[in-house]
Amino acid sequence: MYDTSKIVIGIIVFLAVFTIPFWYSQVSGDADEMPEIVIAPEAGDQCVEDVDYMRAKHMDLLNTWRNDVVRGADREYESDAYPGVIYDKSLTDTCLGQCHTNKSEFCDQCHTYVNVEPGCWECHNIVGE
Amino acid sequence: MSTLFGVILPYAAIAIFILGMLYKVIKWGKSAVPFRIPTTCAQEETLPWIKRKPHEKLDNPSNNLAVVGRMLLEVLIFRSLWRNTRAEVKADSQKLIYSGSKFLWLFGLLFHWSLLVILIRHCRLFFEPVPWILDVVENIDGMLEIMIPTLYLTDIAILLAVTYLFIRRVVFSQLRYISLPADYFALLLIGGVAVTGVLLRIFFHTDVEAVKELAMSVLRFSPEVPDQSISWLFYFHLAMVCTLLAYFPFSKMMHAGGIFFSPTRNMANTNRVKRHVNPWDYPVKLHPYHEYEEEFHDKMKQAGLPLEKE
Repeated sequence: MYDTSKIVIGIIVFLAVFTIPFWYSQVSGDADEMPEIVIAPEAGDQCVEDVDYMRAKHMDLLNTWRNDVVRGADREYESDAYPGVIYDKSLTDTCLGQCHTNKSEFCDQCHTYVNVEPGCWECHNIVGE
Repeated sequence: MSTLFGVILPYAAIAIFILGMLYKVIKWGKSAVPFRIPTTCAQEETLPWIKRKPHEKLDNPSNNLAVVGRMLLEVLIFRSLWRNTRAEVKADSQKLIYSGSKFLWLFGLLFHWSLLVILIRHCRLFFEPVPWILDVVENIDGMLEIMIPTLYLTDIAILLAVTYLFIRRVVFSQLRYISLPADYFALLLIGGVAVTGVLLRIFFHTDVEAVKELAMSVLRFSPEVPDQSISWLFYFHLAMVCTLLAYFPFSKMMHAGGIFFSPTRNMANTNRVKRHVNPWDYPVKLHPYHEYEEEFHDKMKQAGLPLEKE
């Protein structure tokens, strides 16, 4: 008339599954893990746009750059945040070439952390990596 | 503000969700199920020379293994909804016609499976390191590689499905008649979560790395709101998810737990194979007629009533 044992098993399974996020990273030991990014020392103190914009929307910017260059041969980018500053629309030469010289210590840090696999590197091969 | 929406609300919602689920399940577990009332959708197990096909053994399960099979079919592919029919009177012939109606099954299935896949995909924000299985799910879900970042198939599916489920309540008069505010609220809430999620994914990107830092700090019980800015749209998305979590155990969405408590589904049909005694049989004090006649013998005789014992 009462299925106590089955219900208790069900509750244990429910609690086990729904608390995984709380203990998974404790078990793996990476609960405090955070990306540590390295920027080339010779780099200036500003990016193409301001930091908040770059952190959230760099993929949009790069995507627009790619389309502009590949489809419109338009290589000049004037910064919105820093009017008058002109950049060459190039992931390899501008971003990677001038400031973010080490992909694994910059790009990959956050990409691995939030588990994204951008298609950039299918074309932009990094020598030695 | 970000502490309220990013830390306090999620903790409250998770606590209400887990305690609410336990409360509901324990409360249901305490209700007695005295009778064997499985629905019987096929030939039941009977004499050995009456053969049953495999699906009939599942549709009228005679043992616990078959019950598990039936429950799996019910939970994973909504088998009973597949039998959904629609009754309508044909205007020209005045005949009542029952026809199969599979749209609810189709969109219901799309809706639930998309929800599951989306939930699994979000685990990338709660797990460190991210397990490889999430890559597999993401790659399959985004296999068409439309746009950058990739458009997920389940995002399209859930928007289609939730729209259909909403529209059908508005358009069909019979459904509109039986729909309550709670029915619309649940759909609008999930629809809102889906729409804000898709907006965040495709149009209004926010700092995902900061979002994961926030999520991980909440999960290790040392919450800190990251210095980097996270957009209000994300907090809106999160607030709706928290509402959903807290509302879940006390709403119609609790069918997720309730399906396992359905006596018509979770019982084996052993009604005839085994003897089932009503557990509530009470030793009733009887007063049969022959005792009655003995007790009132004289009075009955005086009144001239016929007596059996004479």
